[in-house]
Amino acid sequence: MLFSVLVETRLRPGIADPQGATIERSLPALGFDGITNVRVGKAIRFVVDAADEDTARAHADEVTRRFLINPVIEDADITVAVAETV
Amino acid sequence: MAPRIGVVMFPGSNCELDAVEAITDLGGQAELLWHGDADLHQVDAVVLPGGFAHGDYLRPGAIARFSPVMEGVRALAADGGPVVGICNGFQVLTEAGMLPGALQKNRGLKFLCATARLRVETTDSSLTAEAKVGDVLQIPINHFEGSYTCDAATLHELQAEERVVVRYVDNPNGSVDDIAGVCNEGRNVVGLMPHPERACHPLLGSTDGAALLRSVLVSAGAATPAGVRR
Repeated sequence: MLFSVLVETRLRPGIADPQGATIERSLPALGFDGITNVRVGKAIRFVVDAADEDTARAHADEVTRRFLINPVIEDADITVAVAETV
Repeated sequence: MAPRIGVVMFPGSNCELDAVEAITDLGGQAELLWHGDADLHQVDAVVLPGGFAHGDYLRPGAIARFSPVMEGVRALAADGGPVVGICNGFQVLTEAGMLPGALQKNRGLKFLCATARLRVETTDSSLTAEAKVGDVLQIPINHFEGSYTCDAATLHELQAEERVVVRYVDNPNGSVDDIAGVCNEGRNVVGLMPHPERACHPLLGSTDGAALLRSVLVSAGAATPAGVRR
């Protein structure tokens, strides 16, 4: 079975995010007010072929932990769903 | 016998020939090592040079740490052999877990290309054995992701064990505790963001990097001439 996986990486709390800070600083100049806590991360999508959803999630967890994030500075949220067939 | 220093070439490395040139000038025998070859060909020490290994895709060093050559580099380090990561090489060593911490985007999101002043904090490392504590060295920096970061416990450990090898005199990038370079517990694996290989000849404006690279040669286990050859 094919499962689509979305890994959203973000900097851990307390880790400086100069990209987020720069975007936030530029917002008032563009007329956007009241926006705070801008944090920049990445979204990584892939498809896993696995027997069931738990197995797919385990694979996604491992690849995320070992490769897709640097645990010193990053966290991730992982979403697994049955892949839509075309 | 001149010590044999392997300089690893990853796809996207761009400072490997500078390192070869500087090491050769200092009396070492430099050899390029291809990242896809796990065999280090019996070199005495390894330099991981600057550049953009594997395009810096995902994160700097994230893919390079899986290159076959890193097996050999790990084995050499485990045997106590000197391993020095310069700039992107430092990023590779942190991603590989061979050095603590991580390199983040510079404070202010500025790409920095300048000469930095570095203070030598310990001579007990394969990169600083031939320097003096308190020496202030003029060494170029050239990086976007050079802001050293680590958790409080790691920082405390680095400070307590005097494993901060070099600090910036004027912190250019927001690194915690002005850290420019650190070493592992064995003090044979060292990473730093500045480029000593670009400060080894009077024509380059500074020869202060020679003391650092000479330290690598000496640590690699052979007597070397005390000065730039030409």
